[in-house]
Amino acid sequence: MAKNNLAFVRKDIIDESPAPNLSKGIVGWSKENLFSSPSNTILTIIGMALLLYILPPLYNFVFGHAVWPGEGVTVEACRAHGTGACWAYIDDRMSFFVYGFFPKDAYWATQEGFLASIMQYWRVNSVFAVGVLLLVPLMWPDLKYKTVNAILFFVVYPVFVFYMLKGGVFGLEEVQTESWGGLTVTLIIGLVGIVVSLPMGIVLALGRQSKMPIIKTACIMFIEVWRAVPLITVLFMASVMLPLFMPVGMTVDKLLRALVGVSFFSAAYMAEVVRGGLQALPKGQSEAAASLGMNYWKSMLFIILPQALKHVIPGIVNSFIALFKDTSLVSIVGIFDLLKTVQISNLNLDWASENQAITGYLFAAAVFWVFCFGMSRYSLMMEDRLNTSHKN
Amino acid sequence: MSSQTQEAASKKVKAVEEDAKTAIEITEMNKWFGDFHVLRDINLKVKKGERIVIAGPSGSGKSTLIRCINRLEEHQQGHIIVNGTELTSDVKKIDEVRREVGMVFQHFNLFPHLSILENCTLAPIWVRGVPKAEAEETAMHYLERVKIPEQALKYPGQLSGGQQQRVAIARSLCMNPQIMLFDEPTSALDPEMIKEVLDVMVSLAEDGMTMLVVTHEMGFARQVANRVVFMDQGQIIEQNEPEAFFSNPQHERTKEFLSQILH
Repeated sequence: MAKNNLAFVRKDIIDESPAPNLSKGIVGWSKENLFSSPSNTILTIIGMALLLYILPPLYNFVFGHAVWPGEGVTVEACRAHGTGACWAYIDDRMSFFVYGFFPKDAYWATQEGFLASIMQYWRVNSVFAVGVLLLVPLMWPDLKYKTVNAILFFVVYPVFVFYMLKGGVFGLEEVQTESWGGLTVTLIIGLVGIVVSLPMGIVLALGRQSKMPIIKTACIMFIEVWRAVPLITVLFMASVMLPLFMPVGMTVDKLLRALVGVSFFSAAYMAEVVRGGLQALPKGQSEAAASLGMNYWKSMLFIILPQALKHVIPGIVNSFIALFKDTSLVSIVGIFDLLKTVQISNLNLDWASENQAITGYLFAAAVFWVFCFGMSRYSLMMEDRLNTSHKN
Repeated sequence: MSSQTQEAASKKVKAVEEDAKTAIEITEMNKWFGDFHVLRDINLKVKKGERIVIAGPSGSGKSTLIRCINRLEEHQQGHIIVNGTELTSDVKKIDEVRREVGMVFQHFNLFPHLSILENCTLAPIWVRGVPKAEAEETAMHYLERVKIPEQALKYPGQLSGGQQQRVAIARSLCMNPQIMLFDEPTSALDPEMIKEVLDVMVSLAEDGMTMLVVTHEMGFARQVANRVVFMDQGQIIEQNEPEAFFSNPQHERTKEFLSQILH
């Protein structure tokens, strides 16, 4: 072959071959990730030492030396020196944490046993049960009848919840909202806030982009006012100041006021999240929709919003999680949410012991964590499912 | 009946016939982007079944012109009448025109969250009210026509540029438009994919579709256009049949442009 010849013609095409296998087992993995360089090795050792320092005592407090509920376990066990978390206390107060001051059913309160413990609060428990029965299939992506399911959950269910808890009809004893409490109230505020704030936020975001000056100004004012005020202030205003403006003798339910406050507050945040998604969409999408003869609402409903909302799922869920945790602020206006019931119980002398308060707060933290982590994982799953950009 | 009224009547009939043959009529149309006078005194009449290629350097207003025809851009002066409907700020009339005028974009603008089939059926179902099964049948017919029926259940992100543009054409055709606008349909494509898109457009032209095409593909202009419109600085500089336009350009600017792009 001549040295200066630059011409090249391939004679045979190279067949596809599998990618080389790069996994090297646990030793190879740690060599590459934990001990790849001196500084990495030092960091690994420091990290491991910290874990060794923190984890065993933590484990002992939460599990090893903890006092678990059982036959004959009393507060004395928790008062013993060197014990960990007093889970027996949580178990004893559980119905207060979940139901607050909701009155027990007169008949079942006198009965004993597991069935009785559920039937004592059958009104709240049926609310929970129906909620789960409707929510799970709604969130399960592949199931059918989503429209019916959504109507049941978003329209029928709130009415059911209201009459079931409030009573006063169908022979149910009337229970004022002041007696609602615990996890029940936390879930009600969180769920109402989520269900109201998303559509309201979408409407506000669209309004903010409107070409009509009155609508645009109104939306901007709403968003900027609610977003610029601390939630605590909103709640105080709702519970203290609002009644001053009401006609004499007219009252609005305290819980309802908190619900409105929380919902509006997070709707303002949601609006800005949604606006971010709307702005991320290329103009070509709405132009393509328009060129096919779709009007504003059809284009929004079928083309723009599905994509915009998909883009900002992390931001939306972020707001949901923040909202759910912020529900604990309603305790300062005298609503007995989960955290408030824990705080009150922590002062209960029947279970007074060294670790009573810590255990109570650990429990509250764990409950909040379970719900928030669930939302987070669910949103990740939905992001993955809805990703159509590079699906193979 | 007097002869005068008869004459008037026959004039009227002629005018109606003339109208029926006219797809688009643009008279003394002006448009500004802010202070920038982007379209200046445009007069253009397009007959039904006519195929017009609009050429010109970038920034000459060709895209803006065809975007005015389905009012993706608003004109400030003059009249645009499409299929006998004048474009004003009346939203209902605009939607009416848009239903009858399909548009293909440079960057395809397919809906990435919908499958190819859904891209093609969405507008017929929700704008025209076609039953779903029928819309899907029509969609498959046009997808076959652009030679990608096997991709119907995939998403736009999985298709090559040329395939996406063919889907975009099929999507427009599913609305059964009387006029098709093409805004540089091959400018964002690899050379190997340009031909597959042009082939579809040629076959569309052979079926008698009224087409306005903004393109730099002069071969396409020669092959299918009835008329080539050359624009520069927001004005129509010259228009002619393709043969005469390419072989015997009159205006200096046209000659200069053609010498740049034809080698």
